[in-house]
Amino acid sequence: MGDWWTPTMMPDPSLDTKELSSISGISMSPSRQNLHHSLHSTMALPKNSYSVLSAFCTEENVSQCIAYVNQEVCSLGLTGVSLESKSGSLSAVPVLNLLYEVLQLQRRAQRALNDLETQQLKSGSDLEHLQHSNCRLKDQLEHTRRENSGLHEGERQLQLKIKTLQNCLKSEKEEVQKLQSIISSRATQYNHDTKRKERECTKLKERLNQLLMDKRDKKLSIEMSNYLGRSDGKRGLWKTGKMEARHEGEMYRALLSDYETRQRTLMLENSELKKVLQHMKKDMIAILSPKKHCIKTEPADDSLEQAGSEGEEEIGESSRETLEQSCEQAREQLTNSIRLQWRKLKSHMERLDSQASLVACQEREAEEMMSRKEHEEEMQRMRMELQQCKEFIHMQQQLLQQLSSPCDEETAALLNDCYTLEEKERLKEEWRLFNEQKRNFERERKNFTEAAIRLGHERKMFEEDRAAWLKTQFLNMTPFVDRKRPALSEPHSALSVSTEPEAKLQSTPPLVTKSQSYSVFSTPKAAPVKMPSTADLYRSLHLIPESRGHGKCPSGETLTKSRLRNCSTDCSVISLVRDENSPI
Amino acid sequence: MYQNSMNFSEVFKQSNQLCKVSPDGKYLATCVQYRLVVRDFNTLQIVHLYTCLDQVMHMEWSSDSLFILCAMYKRGLVQVWSLEQPDWHCKIDEGSIGLVSSRWSPDGRHILNTTEFNLRVTVWSLCTKSVSYIKYPKACQKGVDFTTDGRYMALAERRECKDYISVFVCDDWHLLRHFESETQDLAGLEWSPNGCVLAVWDNCLEYKILFYSLDGRLLSSYSAYEWSLGIKSVAWSPSSQFLAVGSYDEKVRILNHITWKKITEFEHPATIINTKAVVFKEVEKRPVVGSEDLSIHQLTMNNSLFSTQSKYEITQLPAQVPVIKPDPDRANPKIGISTLAFSADNRYLATKNDNMPQSLWVWDMQRLSLLAVLEQTAPVRCFVWDPRRPRLALCTGNTKVYLWSPAGCVSVNVPVEGSFQVQSLFWHCSGSTLILLSKEHICLCYVDAEEEK
Repeated sequence: MGDWWTPTMMPDPSLDTKELSSISGISMSPSRQNLHHSLHSTMALPKNSYSVLSAFCTEENVSQCIAYVNQEVCSLGLTGVSLESKSGSLSAVPVLNLLYEVLQLQRRAQRALNDLETQQLKSGSDLEHLQHSNCRLKDQLEHTRRENSGLHEGERQLQLKIKTLQNCLKSEKEEVQKLQSIISSRATQYNHDTKRKERECTKLKERLNQLLMDKRDKKLSIEMSNYLGRSDGKRGLWKTGKMEARHEGEMYRALLSDYETRQRTLMLENSELKKVLQHMKKDMIAILSPKKHCIKTEPADDSLEQAGSEGEEEIGESSRETLEQSCEQAREQLTNSIRLQWRKLKSHMERLDSQASLVACQEREAEEMMSRKEHEEEMQRMRMELQQCKEFIHMQQQLLQQLSSPCDEETAALLNDCYTLEEKERLKEEWRLFNEQKRNFERERKNFTEAAIRLGHERKMFEEDRAAWLKTQFLNMTPFVDRKRPALSEPHSALSVSTEPEAKLQSTPPLVTKSQSYSVFSTPKAAPVKMPSTADLYRSLHLIPESRGHGKCPSGETLTKSRLRNCSTDCSVISLVRDENSPI
Repeated sequence: MYQNSMNFSEVFKQSNQLCKVSPDGKYLATCVQYRLVVRDFNTLQIVHLYTCLDQVMHMEWSSDSLFILCAMYKRGLVQVWSLEQPDWHCKIDEGSIGLVSSRWSPDGRHILNTTEFNLRVTVWSLCTKSVSYIKYPKACQKGVDFTTDGRYMALAERRECKDYISVFVCDDWHLLRHFESETQDLAGLEWSPNGCVLAVWDNCLEYKILFYSLDGRLLSSYSAYEWSLGIKSVAWSPSSQFLAVGSYDEKVRILNHITWKKITEFEHPATIINTKAVVFKEVEKRPVVGSEDLSIHQLTMNNSLFSTQSKYEITQLPAQVPVIKPDPDRANPKIGISTLAFSADNRYLATKNDNMPQSLWVWDMQRLSLLAVLEQTAPVRCFVWDPRRPRLALCTGNTKVYLWSPAGCVSVNVPVEGSFQVQSLFWHCSGSTLILLSKEHICLCYVDAEEEK
């Protein structure tokens, strides 16, 4: 719209200024103003146009004005409407039409202008906002760039630093290497020098010695009153080969004696250790053997442990024997047995510990009732022990049996049977229970079917009652109201009688009542269609096979029968009524 | 406990710390300048008085307690005196070659003189007047050692810039074995008390200890660490069962005699947290006149009133041991285990760590654990085990003597006229008497063994 309008609007001012200037120079400026104004505000236009009107159109230039207006209108695209001057006077209708058109145009333009203005405002604000954000983003960008460059700079510096540090490190390493080489060279130098010095020193000493010897140092002397005897009282001996051999021999003797003494001490130590070991073993066996009895009282893995301990005892005995012979042969066995026993002892000790703690706990709990409780506990324990012993004996017997004939297949089978006998019995018991349950179920089912049958009977009765009631109702329409009552009372009594046996079946009554209520509330219209038959009931109760056997007659037959009967009763009633009525 | 049973003799003069008890325990020899005084140990009466040619620098009893050797190093002279024959006299002149050390051979009939610059060892025989030389002896911490039975002598030698060990038979100075030792720079050697194993250790630059059999076979070698200052001290247990090696890392390593490997190591921590150890701390206090501790004897002495009393207090653990920081730039830094000593019954080991100079550590060798720490007020100068009982005597250069036994600790003031600052001490072979040495005096301290319990 705006696009279309702008080109048409824009040439206007230039156009009319030209025209107007040619028409009247005086009105030019205000008209231009007006025209400009008219573009901006419609409200201001009428006032101004009035004031200018005198200048625009005078008596003389009416036709010109009209032409001008027409032209203008044409240019505005309102081709359909044009002013025609008829003998100098303007007909009002086209003018008004034109005016109207112009006004419409004007209004539209105005609206468009408004729209554009608001749009411009909006876009302006948008622009502003965008500029703002742009600015901000630019700032941010700038900031980031600066930051980035800063970081780059930092990185560069760090890298530089690293480089310098690496250089430093390298130089330091070189320094270290240099120093090390210096040290080592110094060390070698020092060693060399010391050796040289030492050699010189020895040379000097040699020389000095030589000189001293050569000079025959007068001072070097010993003055003694008289010779002394040797401390051992013997005379000195000459150095001979024999002496040398003797010294060697003595030395070796000394060494030998030392080794012998050492061996002796080691042997002594060894035997001592052996003795200790033996003692320990003995002790351990002594400790462990009474424990066996204790273990018997323990319910868990006693048989196993006993077997183990027995085995160990054997080992212990054997090792004890070998202990005297040679440690080397039996060492492994010995250590193994010791280790085993040690482990057992440890476990035993642990158990004892736990027991002790338990007992302590109990003691703390009931200290005052100790004596009697203890007695009782003792008794209990004894009893338990007895029981366990018995069990144990039993188990042992069993084990013995197993052990005595481990390869006999028959006995194995027998034993296996023995083993499964219990299970069999259990199964039998279960079977019996199952059968009983089954029987119960069957009984229940029978009861239920009976109840269902009764229900069917009752329904039949009810049906009959209803028919009777309907009949009475029907008859009520007629003036035989009084006659109905005895007919109604009859089915009631029948119902009440039928409910009595129902009480025997506890599960069925709700169902029965339900069916009753259904039957009661079902409208007489739908009664023949919706009324569930007994067969349906059976089906719904999943009792079809029973119902089949029981009610062999098809449901349809019974229905028809009952209906027939109903009809017949109805007829009979009617007939009866008729009979009754007839005498009246 | 000890105080009641401790008595002190009167004070005698002495010079150069020269005071020795004869090996049989009968005589006490002291040197005062150029005079040698021999007293009866029990009566302290002068038995003999000998006059030497110059001030005596070294004095030593022969093993049979019959002769006394007096060395005057400056003059290069050795004089020998006989107890049995006071007229007998022997003088050995080493001449212009000089003398730095003189000692008896175990038989008591030979004297071994080491000349200046370790040029040679001269062996003088008193039986034959003969002289023999051993060349190339090595100048080191402990270059010569005799077996306890006196039969063999091991000597460290240095020739061609290599270490050698010579084993001599002392009877006739026959060279039994001569072998190269696997050391860089041998620092010392010591026979095991049973005389069958020779322990040889390198100098402090390298931790290395070697074990040689009597016949020169290398039995084993042990090195605890490298690149650090190594062994500082070595001690055999009297049973030859253990060898304790003290080193610059402030630890003592105990090696066994079967595998020659380390059994355990004893650390000397600055903070003692071992709850089984007892820390005795010496606490000084001003004397209180009228206290029952002060005997009449003490009251009569003026000095006892001015000297401070001290007693031991048991410190609560963990306890801090005073530590001095050694100067790392100086040679032979004051750090590490410098002294080790086993008790005569092999049961205890006493050690001293040089950077904890005021503390003495006693270790239980049966449990291989720290037993006690004695924290003194002054640096420990000297400590010696009783040769008979598990009892340790020590001194710190003040007027007190301290005793430790498994039963406890005690400090005793030496109640003599003037101040008697105990510089060193040693036990009489019977274990009943302590000989205390100050700078110029000696004093005997009788420790009654009966009342020790």
